[in-house]
Amino acid sequence: MAATEPVIDMRAVSRTYGEGPPALADVTLSVAAGEALAVLGPSGSGKSTLLNLIAGLDRPSTGGVTVDGLRVDELSEAGSARYRRTKVGMVFQFFNLLDDLTVTDNVLLPARLAGMPRAEARARAAGLLADLRIDRHADAYPGRLSGGERQRVAVARALMNRPALLLADEPTGALDTASGADVRELLAELNASGQTIVLVTHDLSLAASCATRTVELIDGRVVRDTRSAAAAVSR
Amino acid sequence: MSALGRVVRAGVGRRRVQTAVMIMTTLMAVTASFLAAGLLVASQAPFDHAFAQQRGAHLTARFDGAKVTATELTATAHAKGVTAAAGPFRTVAVRARTASSSDILPEGVDLPPVTVAGRAEAGGGVDRVDLVSGTWLTGPGQIVVAKDTLPVEPGTRLTFPDAPGSPTLTVVGVARSVTGTADAWVTPARAASLAAPGGAPEYEMLYRLAAAGTDAQVAAGRAALTAAVPKGALTGSQSYLTVKQEKTANAKAFVPFLAAFGVLGLLLSVLVIGIVVSGAVGAATRRIGILKSLGFTPAQVVRAYVGQALVPAAVGCALGLVVGHLLAVPVLAEVGEAFDGPAASIPLWIDVAVPATALVLVACAALVPALRAGRLRTVAAITTGRTPGTGRGRLARRLTGRLALPPAVGLGLAGPFARPARSATMAAAVVFGAAAVTFGVGLALTLGAVQSDRMLNSAGSVAVGTGGGQAPPGAQAVHVGGGPEEPKADPAEIAAALRAQRGTGRFYGTTRAEVSASGITGATTVVAYQGDASWAGPPMVSGDWLDGPGQAVVTTRFLKAAGIRVGDTVTLTEQGRHVTVRIVGEAFFTEGEGMELLTPTSTLTALGLDATPGQYDVETEPGTELTRYLTALNDRLDPLGAVALANTDDESSVIVAMDALIGTLTLMLVVVAGLGVLNTVVLDTRDRVHDLGVLKALGMAPRQTVTMVVTSVAGIGLVAGAVAVPVGVALHHYVTPFMGDAVGMTLPPSHVAVYDAPELALLALGGLVIAVAGALLPAGWAARTRTATALRTE
Repeated sequence: MAATEPVIDMRAVSRTYGEGPPALADVTLSVAAGEALAVLGPSGSGKSTLLNLIAGLDRPSTGGVTVDGLRVDELSEAGSARYRRTKVGMVFQFFNLLDDLTVTDNVLLPARLAGMPRAEARARAAGLLADLRIDRHADAYPGRLSGGERQRVAVARALMNRPALLLADEPTGALDTASGADVRELLAELNASGQTIVLVTHDLSLAASCATRTVELIDGRVVRDTRSAAAAVSR
Repeated sequence: MSALGRVVRAGVGRRRVQTAVMIMTTLMAVTASFLAAGLLVASQAPFDHAFAQQRGAHLTARFDGAKVTATELTATAHAKGVTAAAGPFRTVAVRARTASSSDILPEGVDLPPVTVAGRAEAGGGVDRVDLVSGTWLTGPGQIVVAKDTLPVEPGTRLTFPDAPGSPTLTVVGVARSVTGTADAWVTPARAASLAAPGGAPEYEMLYRLAAAGTDAQVAAGRAALTAAVPKGALTGSQSYLTVKQEKTANAKAFVPFLAAFGVLGLLLSVLVIGIVVSGAVGAATRRIGILKSLGFTPAQVVRAYVGQALVPAAVGCALGLVVGHLLAVPVLAEVGEAFDGPAASIPLWIDVAVPATALVLVACAALVPALRAGRLRTVAAITTGRTPGTGRGRLARRLTGRLALPPAVGLGLAGPFARPARSATMAAAVVFGAAAVTFGVGLALTLGAVQSDRMLNSAGSVAVGTGGGQAPPGAQAVHVGGGPEEPKADPAEIAAALRAQRGTGRFYGTTRAEVSASGITGATTVVAYQGDASWAGPPMVSGDWLDGPGQAVVTTRFLKAAGIRVGDTVTLTEQGRHVTVRIVGEAFFTEGEGMELLTPTSTLTALGLDATPGQYDVETEPGTELTRYLTALNDRLDPLGAVALANTDDESSVIVAMDALIGTLTLMLVVVAGLGVLNTVVLDTRDRVHDLGVLKALGMAPRQTVTMVVTSVAGIGLVAGAVAVPVGVALHHYVTPFMGDAVGMTLPPSHVAVYDAPELALLALGGLVIAVAGALLPAGWAARTRTATALRTE
């Protein structure tokens, strides 16, 4: 990808479900490499729809979504799966770890799906767990970890295949204050190291601490796009 | 509709797959059980009715008048265990020839030998002969023939050329004795005059016994009679149970395997319905909580879930009855025809008892999970929402994670360990399905062997007819008298032609004759063998094949009918000549109702009959092209007056019907087992839909999802298949002898041990096929589940 090309390029994207009003309406948005974009808005404003379209979990009714040079909206089911394996890492509000796999096995999962050599995958997982300071839980099952620890595991899993883009859906939404702060710090560190991040959140402090840009959605439309996240959340 | 009714209806309508599974499983179980019970009861009804109406003879006994007097025989009416007796009736084996033309036969046709009894009245205390047409005897110039014995009707005149004075009698009636006590009846005086002068008289006595429900009880009655007369006076006897078995054999042969399928079906129903209701309870924990919070009592919840099983089960029962009745029609019609009555019908109580039993089993199967639903705590049910993870199977996940397997395969293989009880139930369903396949294949192989061995002379690929009015196999020898009979081709010339023909392997000759055999009512067809036929003889049940003069081989049915065993002797009589042959072997074949006697041609010669082979059966050498061989052979045989044809056998319609029914029931069981797998995988997929969403979000491709789901059942399928094969083989080995017993035959060991190693290996894969086939559809659904939706499912 050329340095000037955005990681995410959404052109006139709309998404309508049935006869109802559009969940997203004519959204045009681009995200540059290294940016940390926080998508803000009330419930039902279209934040999750936007994230699903970028992740290739949903398709726009009209318009196009390009991520890292790939037209996500034109991919087949198998192509979407390959895209998510290689280009995107996802972090969810409720962690979405598999309860019957150990922490290490959860983290290894994307690498195994992508066919990464086992030794390389194990080394990468061990490195990530160490970087995220959860290596002492490597053989534990997720059910025994705190919320913050589980989210760190989820982040490690999301980063396993070195994705161009990290998507986070309310990553602090299910965490207590201390754990939330922990995750905010982690995301900020990742962005500082060059990781492009799009996060959907209600948590203004999260946006303020780790986003370099905010977009506010209301009724499926972008009503505000602010380059300085701190400025946006302080208004 | 009550609140409970609405809940039940909504539950049934909402879970269409599960509802369809329950309908299918009960349909199959009820169809097979209904047919088994119905045919067992209904096939016997016409005989039982006729036997009661005619006060049929429990035992028909033949006596040698040289050793016992008529007065002594009259006294046997007071023998131990005898409640009523008729006779003694003078009997004589004679041949008749038509002396007038009728619509059926022209004048001058020689008829097979018949046993004629001298009997003044049709009625009496035992064997009240039922007139089908015409009248009973009023004079010595008359004869009444038994139905289906001779092809004549009232008004036909029959002459008896071998009897003193060659008398001619007029057929005045056609009658039926339920146990076939004679082929024809004349007045006692006429019976005496038909016998050859100077010979010892033969008598028949008909007995009703106090206890005659079993073979052993009838045998005890026979023993008492044997003891009541001088030694050797009782020359033969026939139990009404043997006749009953012959009359109902075809219908009763269906019963053992139908009963096996019925039991398999009911067990599978219980299992599948248990899975379905258990899954419905597991998946609807939140719904149960809501129902309880709205005021449903635990008992109402239990009734709601039992009702959700009973409604589709009732539909399946109704459909099963309809299908069962339709399938029973052709079999029962045949039973009715045997007694000139309407088609036998299955009694109403079976229409009630079979579905009632099925519904009770369904209710019991549903009750266990329904009680669990009733006991769920309301708050816990509402807050739990979806089925919580069990925490089981972690070790399996760790182990499969260490193996060098694709991730989808590793995840799939560990899947069954997360819910071991559900996996075990699914495995049991697959075992039932795969066992049914093994059982069904075994039955088909056994019936195939019966089909190919049921006719004599079926081994050779070429049959050479030598002319001379030789009847086709199984047919009675009826030839037109008067004109000179076409001479049979010279056997020496035929043998020389066969030996000279390139491609001829082995061959032997046979000829047939109708004679009287001691202990057997009516004529017995003797099949006489010339040459070594050991390679082509019927499969042996016990004893040996013929290897010398004076020997005979017969079937189990013949042995039972004559009341003899291998090693005993049978006396054959033809025109006053007697030859005694020793039974050296018990064979299996159904040609001629399995009542033919196989013996060397020397036996016929001793009886003064033409022993020239009427047919040669030839086995060609391997690699011989049949059409060319036949053309070349016929060039040689044509001048000799013989013709060679390809040896073809007709198929038995009963076996074809059995094969069709077995195929249908096996398929139904397999489908139900597959639906059981499908239902379990659907439940599993539902339980794990969130995990599936996560995996897809992490990049699991649709093909990998399908692989994971299919792999999760493949291991179970393999194990279940390995278990199912011995179960199916054992079931086959248990059931097939009963099928033989039903038709009065013992199946040879080669017809029971029908499985070979490659077949067993293939059948072992049946479990895998059923499991994978059942999982494919839900695997596809899992692959198509929208990730975003799955992730939102909590």
